[in-house]
Amino acid sequence: MQLPTRLLRVVGLALSAASLCQLATLASDQTQPLTLTSFSERTAYTFTLSAHCPPALRLDAEGLCRLSSPYQRYGSLYNQGVGGLKTGLPRVRDGFTPEQIDLGRYLFFDPILSGNNRIACSSCHDPALGFSDGKQQSVGAAGTRLQRSAPSLWNVAFFNKLLWDGSKRSLEEQMLGPLYAPQEMASSPLGLIDKLSNNAHYPALFAQAFADATVTLDRIYRALVAFESSLISLNSRYDWYAHGVHSALTDNELAGLNVFRSFVARCAECHTPPLFSNQQIAVIGVPETAGKPLDPGAQAATGDASQRGGFRVPSLRNAVLTAPYMHAGNFSTLRETVAFYTGGRGHAVPQGEDLKLHWHIWEPQLSDKELDRLVDFLGALTDQAFMPEIPARLPSGLSPGRALRSEQDPDGKYSYLATEDPRRLHNDNTHEAQP
Amino acid sequence: MKNLLLLTHLSTLVSFLKPSVACLRTALPLLGPLLGTLLMAPNMTVAAVHQVHPGDSIQAAVKAAVAGDEIVVYPGTYKETVYIDKDDITLRGVIVEGEWPNLEGSKQLNDAILYSGNGFSVEWFKITNYKGNAIMGQAGNNFSIRNNWIIDTGVYGIFPEFGENGLIENNVLSGIEDAAIYVGMCDHVDVRNNRVFDNVAGIEIENTRHALVEGNIAHNNTGGILVFITPGLPIKTSYDAIIRRNTIINNNTPNFAIPGSLVSTIPAGTGMIVLAGDDVVIEDNIISGNNTAGIIVTSQDFATEVAGDPESDPNPDRVQIRDNVMYDNGNDPVMDVKALMLTQFSTRGPDILAYKAAADAERGSCVSQKTAYRTYGLDDWQDCERVTVRAADAVASATAPPSTSRAVLSKMLAEPATPRVITVDANGAELVYQGICAGCHTRNVRMIGPPVLAIQAQYGTDAQALADYIAAPTKKRPDFPSMPPQDHLSEAMRLEVARYMLSLSR
Repeated sequence: MQLPTRLLRVVGLALSAASLCQLATLASDQTQPLTLTSFSERTAYTFTLSAHCPPALRLDAEGLCRLSSPYQRYGSLYNQGVGGLKTGLPRVRDGFTPEQIDLGRYLFFDPILSGNNRIACSSCHDPALGFSDGKQQSVGAAGTRLQRSAPSLWNVAFFNKLLWDGSKRSLEEQMLGPLYAPQEMASSPLGLIDKLSNNAHYPALFAQAFADATVTLDRIYRALVAFESSLISLNSRYDWYAHGVHSALTDNELAGLNVFRSFVARCAECHTPPLFSNQQIAVIGVPETAGKPLDPGAQAATGDASQRGGFRVPSLRNAVLTAPYMHAGNFSTLRETVAFYTGGRGHAVPQGEDLKLHWHIWEPQLSDKELDRLVDFLGALTDQAFMPEIPARLPSGLSPGRALRSEQDPDGKYSYLATEDPRRLHNDNTHEAQP
Repeated sequence: MKNLLLLTHLSTLVSFLKPSVACLRTALPLLGPLLGTLLMAPNMTVAAVHQVHPGDSIQAAVKAAVAGDEIVVYPGTYKETVYIDKDDITLRGVIVEGEWPNLEGSKQLNDAILYSGNGFSVEWFKITNYKGNAIMGQAGNNFSIRNNWIIDTGVYGIFPEFGENGLIENNVLSGIEDAAIYVGMCDHVDVRNNRVFDNVAGIEIENTRHALVEGNIAHNNTGGILVFITPGLPIKTSYDAIIRRNTIINNNTPNFAIPGSLVSTIPAGTGMIVLAGDDVVIEDNIISGNNTAGIIVTSQDFATEVAGDPESDPNPDRVQIRDNVMYDNGNDPVMDVKALMLTQFSTRGPDILAYKAAADAERGSCVSQKTAYRTYGLDDWQDCERVTVRAADAVASATAPPSTSRAVLSKMLAEPATPRVITVDANGAELVYQGICAGCHTRNVRMIGPPVLAIQAQYGTDAQALADYIAAPTKKRPDFPSMPPQDHLSEAMRLEVARYMLSLSR
């Protein structure tokens, strides 16, 4: 019997994680660049970009992919996309062509975007880990551990503040950081254009997605934004409930929803539906992991001392998939994370720090049972129905960037599997998108 | 399904019998088929009545209710959290010889009533001893909260949030540790004729536009009536509020708010405070016996323990204080205000205090008959035009001079705000397809279920057959998993979705 492809994919994920448990050694010197020349002969394959929008989007009369969601039938005050169950979404980033989105998909997974060709966007934003990487703090191309964790990219199309400190206002602006920061992907604008222009396939793909085969920075950014904006997750069981299917949640999940939106727990005051974030900066006083100094958060970006320790409220959709939690993996489980909020206002603020804690941080005295129900409810926010395909082949000949699972890399030391390692995760859960 | 529909129509006929007819729905199947055909007029909806007696669960009645239904609750104690995620539900208490239906939280339960549906009404309930709220709305439009008696329900008493077009009227609230009536991030709300006392804040209008607060009595709170722009919220503005004909007296209760909350910064003895709110008209109120100040107008830096928000305008602009009767305020001001007043060689607090940036001329604020009051910080305020009310104006406020707020009778909308619904038509069907079906069926790619092209090949133009299958799927293709039934969609919507899928071309 032939199993459905998507089921196979899920099984594949589980198997690949298990089979790699034995992976003891990783390539010893990750700082050495991978040369692209060894792949230059792999040009026989022809890449064709999809002419269809990803499933969350619909082709409009102008040939652009537009979001289509039941939520678009609901209003929200001043179109801010915050409210209750039947509330409209914040403004979405859409209007890209199917070809631009598909080109973005190749670029997103392609380590050619990093200076040493070792990591891709997907190395820290791995689809199998909720488009995060399972690490407390992400690790850059040269093995440098960064300050904060990789935020999930699900529904990033709706966010008007990006990064943990909320300092970037568009995906274009945001991606300049990881692409070019020496401790992250360590690429350079000229290097990017040079590598992609001289690649055997990319110029032709740019010609499919844009007016001609010229590789420009703006086109690279636009394609990446197009792909990232297609990662829509609005089809969870919670959403069914919101649209009126009251059997969609279990009794425990429903009890959890009522704790979540109660004015005792007050979760929904900042993690406001339908995005489960109100996109504001909040100072909540999370304890740093052992030995780390207090992260000033938004203060470092704005200079406003009252925002010290403030971070952008993250969405909770697919939170089950994105452990560990908070800005630097401060908590390893959702249960620990929800328990933080009932630990007392400011209980983890270091001595000598005068943080302007958010007024919703108080002492709700939630019972263990209520905390359990909250975790139950968060599970009902999981939806990966519109998971994109991971390309089986990349124009660079490199393998798609993937995050290491914790069992493969218990110390969180490495950012990726060495591309040349024969035991490397290879084509585990991938297949070509059908034309 | 059909039976229910018939019964719903029928119940309108007998609605005058409501209180005496128990369980209409079970009594009607016999008559339904006969009368139903006669009554199937379009747009005839409303109201089954669900009766709840002591020992019953109100939530069970909500579960059984559909849009338009009314839930009638008889005197007794009900220990539960009632949540209403449906449109057009009415909860109505019945009071018998002074005995109220009492929602009792025992300081164990979080909220008494949570609603997200549009068109929600709740009236005639006594609500006591919850931890969070008595009545909290999240994004329901066209709400009505009237005639409730609320004692110590935790943080707030009545708290509609993210709602458009609502009425809060004739409620009595006491013992609330933040705001008794808190209108947060709403538009077009009237707050009328309520009595609020022994709370930290009586009535708070926060990040809300188009509010009328009229005829309320706010006494013995820490602060009586508040208009705020709180920083850090997703809706950033608060403007166009009329605070009129309220009685705001003796708000001298020591502040017992939760540390860290914004209202914990309100000095005891405050009649009214406008913090950063714009276009606020304060007119024809009686403000007396408030020991710190009658009215404080200030910018956001009044509250220093809150993180800044560059997208939030911190200053109160164009505040108008007109023709209020103010006396006996400022008898025992808090230290900061006393220190201010000492610069004017007084130890009494003022009737009106413009504080920090609120004092600047560029704010464009005005006060009528300024010299009638003891004030601080109003030197650069303009004079509001003062208008004498004659008898003719008093009886017909529509003829009152336009420079005052007196001609404005309500800030609610003339027509209900747009309900948030998915329409049963091709547009709605497309959204249902994209939101639900497309997770398994894309146009031409094999996913969890067969592609739409394969479904089109099988059904052709027979939308009804596909609609029937959607309601009760049977396993047809050995190489695909079974499809879950979609009978949560109405019959009409299933047909629309089937039509949409069979016509999907790109």
